[in-house]
Amino acid sequence: MSDSSNPRPSPPRSSSQREPEARRPWQRLIIAFESPGPRRALQATIVLLLIVMPWISSQYTTVILTNALLYVVLCLGLNIVVGYAGLLDLGYAAFFAVGAYTVGILTQQFGVNFWVAIPFALVAAAIAGIIIGGPTLRLRSDYLAIVTLGFGEIVRFTARNLEITGGASGLSHIPEPSLFGWRIDSAIDFYYVFVVLAILAYVASQRLFDSRLGRAWLYVRHDEDAAEAMGINRVRIKLAAYVIGAIFGAIGGIFFSVNLGAISPESFSFQQSVLILLAVVLGGMGKIPGVILGAFIVVLGPELLREFDTLRLLIFAVLLLAIMLFRPSGIWPEKRA
Amino acid sequence: MLLRLQQVALSFAGNTVLHDVDFGVEPGRIQSLIGPNGAGKTSMFNVITGFYRPQRGDITFDGERLVRQEPHRVTQMGIARTFQNVRLFREMSVLENVMAGQHCRSRAGALSAILRLPSQRAEEQRILETSLACLDFVGLLEHRDRLATNLAYGHQRRVEIARALATEPRLLLLDEPAAGLNSGEKQSLIGLIRRIRDERGVSVLLIEHDMSLVMNVSERISVLDHGRLIAEGAPQAVQNYPRVIEAYLGQDDEELTW
Repeated sequence: MSDSSNPRPSPPRSSSQREPEARRPWQRLIIAFESPGPRRALQATIVLLLIVMPWISSQYTTVILTNALLYVVLCLGLNIVVGYAGLLDLGYAAFFAVGAYTVGILTQQFGVNFWVAIPFALVAAAIAGIIIGGPTLRLRSDYLAIVTLGFGEIVRFTARNLEITGGASGLSHIPEPSLFGWRIDSAIDFYYVFVVLAILAYVASQRLFDSRLGRAWLYVRHDEDAAEAMGINRVRIKLAAYVIGAIFGAIGGIFFSVNLGAISPESFSFQQSVLILLAVVLGGMGKIPGVILGAFIVVLGPELLREFDTLRLLIFAVLLLAIMLFRPSGIWPEKRA
Repeated sequence: MLLRLQQVALSFAGNTVLHDVDFGVEPGRIQSLIGPNGAGKTSMFNVITGFYRPQRGDITFDGERLVRQEPHRVTQMGIARTFQNVRLFREMSVLENVMAGQHCRSRAGALSAILRLPSQRAEEQRILETSLACLDFVGLLEHRDRLATNLAYGHQRRVEIARALATEPRLLLLDEPAAGLNSGEKQSLIGLIRRIRDERGVSVLLIEHDMSLVMNVSERISVLDHGRLIAEGAPQAVQNYPRVIEAYLGQDDEELTW
């Protein structure tokens, strides 16, 4: 589209050229929402919609939406690792598992209060992030992908083979938490818990992105040597991405385990990691609204196509391929347009 | 001496790049490092800034040992650099590029960013102000929001200098800052280099092939040839050293037009 109309010798082409180019109306609309006023209005509308949703829809829809919101948290976490810091991670479900199992074991087997167990789960996730990040950060991305994939499988196999994690059948009867006397147990209760978590994950992502650390991730992703020459410790910065991503994953896992009341190793399979990564890539790596959209598509897509019965996964796969063909850098348009 | 290299030797797979180089930069100086292509000039920059590890020798900066420090530590200690081929962060604005330099002069972590603590916000404000001041210093303030890689080449070089200045260095290493500039841009580069030293008190060491610029701006010139320091002194003196003339006459005809 812009190839012939742009005569200037451009640097290696990216979709983020700032030079004027024809924009489709919907792109203009989305870019308009990047400015503070409309953006706030949009955010308020979405929050309002999330609040009233359980009252205007079926319980089934509420459960599906809860799952979508869980994916928003997980995807925003993986986005920090993959989208900001540019580190491919094929074993992200491992951090999700660490959060879920730590809380599951502590509350169900040792009778620890749920809220007391949370800090332990977060610390465990951070340690897991350092364990996987520390030795691997000097690897090139394709090797990193293999190591993270292996790490994800190791965590799952460990959970399957230990007694404390309940073996292959996992843990069940994980007690429901309560907060100041409010017993969080119904589907709607958990829906609201995940609304709050998703909003917190969004705000945290946005604030990190606008900070010194968020910029440092981009610098290191674009040019490690130039970043080092600017005084940025790239190993430390990448490790921070892993640890923060791990904590996001663990938070998802913590509330996932008490929501379902039961967890098993198969909840944290390679497919789970791929699905989260798919949502991030689909929405647009490093673009927060896009990643949220990707999370909703990955969860709601198969549900919306349910009437096609056995064909639905095929149709969903073709749709995903089409999206990646026509928008290889994700659905969401580039911010710096 | 602000920067001192003693008996620094560097080799790659048996190829010696630097032969026991003794070299120094005094504080408040504008100094040039010249020599034919492949003489080891950029390698010397890379050794100073921690990108290469010399096999032997000692490097000190203001009395502190530099050798075997990681590049980011060297920058933190007060040495900033630019690259021979401009290396700006793509897909980021001019201002964001310059803000990179402030990273090592700030400290807010993830938690204070997520909580937007007052200290973090004050620090962000300081990063912004310092970066804007550096952009203003190189005369590119009005381009702050453009994509850095969309600027004219000469301007990109200035963004790189602004980014290096944002690290608040005491010594600035410029690797062929005039390469690819037209004569007008070279003139203003000379002015900029002088202002960096005079107004900011930053010592400057540059690698440059443009002899008229080197003779014009340098107070001291060091000549490197085949990894050995063959001459050092004031511009006029160096110009007439037989060994320097020999080193340059050994080059292709094309390069004689310097």
